[in-house]
Amino acid sequence: MKFIIAIIKPHKLDEVRDAIGALDISGMTVTEVRGYGRQRGHTEIYRGAEYEISYIPKLKLEIAVPDEKLDRAVDAIRETASEGKIGDGKIFVLDLEAAIRVRTGEGGESAL
Amino acid sequence: MNGADTSWILTATALVLMMTMPGLALFYAGLVQAKNILSVLMHCVAIACLASILWFVLGYSLAFTEGNAFIGGLSRLGLAGIERDSLSGTIPESLWVIFQMTFAVITPALMVGAFVERIKFSAVLIIAGAWLLLVYVPVTHWVWGGGWLAQMGVIDFAGGIVVHVTAGVSAAVIALMLGSRDGFPNGVRPPHAPWMVMVGASLLWVGWFGFNGGSAVAANGDATMAILVTHLSAATASLVWMVIEWVKFGKPSIVGIVTGTIAGLATITPASGSVGPMGAIVLGLAGGVICFYAVDFVKSKMNIDDSLDVLAVHGVGGATGTLLLAFLLAFGSGGAGYGEGVTAFGQFGVQAIGVVATAIWSLVATVVIVWITKMLVGLRVDKEAETTGLDLAVHGETGYRH
Repeated sequence: MKFIIAIIKPHKLDEVRDAIGALDISGMTVTEVRGYGRQRGHTEIYRGAEYEISYIPKLKLEIAVPDEKLDRAVDAIRETASEGKIGDGKIFVLDLEAAIRVRTGEGGESAL
Repeated sequence: MNGADTSWILTATALVLMMTMPGLALFYAGLVQAKNILSVLMHCVAIACLASILWFVLGYSLAFTEGNAFIGGLSRLGLAGIERDSLSGTIPESLWVIFQMTFAVITPALMVGAFVERIKFSAVLIIAGAWLLLVYVPVTHWVWGGGWLAQMGVIDFAGGIVVHVTAGVSAAVIALMLGSRDGFPNGVRPPHAPWMVMVGASLLWVGWFGFNGGSAVAANGDATMAILVTHLSAATASLVWMVIEWVKFGKPSIVGIVTGTIAGLATITPASGSVGPMGAIVLGLAGGVICFYAVDFVKSKMNIDDSLDVLAVHGVGGATGTLLLAFLLAFGSGGAGYGEGVTAFGQFGVQAIGVVATAIWSLVATVVIVWITKMLVGLRVDKEAETTGLDLAVHGETGYRH
């Protein structure tokens, strides 16, 4: 099992969700986060004074997938979240040691 | 007693109180960081209550009863002698007391913008209370209570001098003596809720109809013309500010357009009883441009953390209107015109004396007040409280729960 953490632009969420759903992956956790990468921040101007906004709003997606769906899931996220610009986001993949379904206690891939 | 006048001033009284609560409170609260929103609301409400009681105890008497050229008398101490049938002109005196009380409430509250995010709450109360009695009350007597500026023929219909010059100058003095917010000028955080600034500015705008229209103290053409010119000046200055930002920074902002609104309102205030619609447009243009550049001048050139631009928007706007109105009394139709033997430049001289004398008195008295307050209770919260935010550190409350 693998654990995907993807940072994407907020307005790309629906497209990513549709693509992930089409792969029959049955869960995703979405969190509103702020951070910086190569896009860095931006400036906002109020009453003529410039303010550096160092952290930009993004969404963090967390998705647990069976090994055989990993490549397709990563491709789906990358293709739908990409606009070809700095700031499109990042995808991280981690090994997932265990997964347990709370309701039944099932473990492993059948819990995903 | 005139019933029509009385009902209009009753209405105007409610409108002006609404300018402070919640108008000004929200206008300022949106401009600070999320962790200080409640402290700003608290400052406005507490000052409103304190000023009301001081007005009852001795403010009204010292401002509006007969005394000498500089201060009124004590005949209305504790509002003694005001009965149900006491009259002030064509309206009950009790109405005149509370209508003027709403002005005494908003003027010290305007200064909140200078000291947000770092001041001690006890210092807020002491400064606001002492300031009301030592600055607002005497200047009100000079201009509206038959004092020396009134005798010279100064024109200040609704408070360009009495409200905006006093509060603007004193705000800058307080900001200077208190010191800047941590990180000023480059490290301070931007306004946390521009939408709230717009809501507050809108309430101020509507309330200003009572502020300027009510200052006619009658339900007549002076009141209606005052409201018309007030609205036109506000709309003009809003567009001016928006266009300057759009050209200069590439984007027209909501904080910008409503800051222009307040600049236009402050600028027309002294002139709202004596200029016509064309004069209002001119004042809106002038107020919008001059206040825009004044913001940058105070913060960047003078390096004073008058955090929410009280001097630049209120003080400079009020002074601009007070000075320029001398040339606009007969500009286009609808103006009050010049009295016999009065010339534009002669009137300008009187207006300038009013602005300069009031600015000097405000400056000197505020220095003394703030210095004594510093001796008594200190001015600033400690660094940790400033970082935590005044809401939690000083008031034990949190504005937003996530």
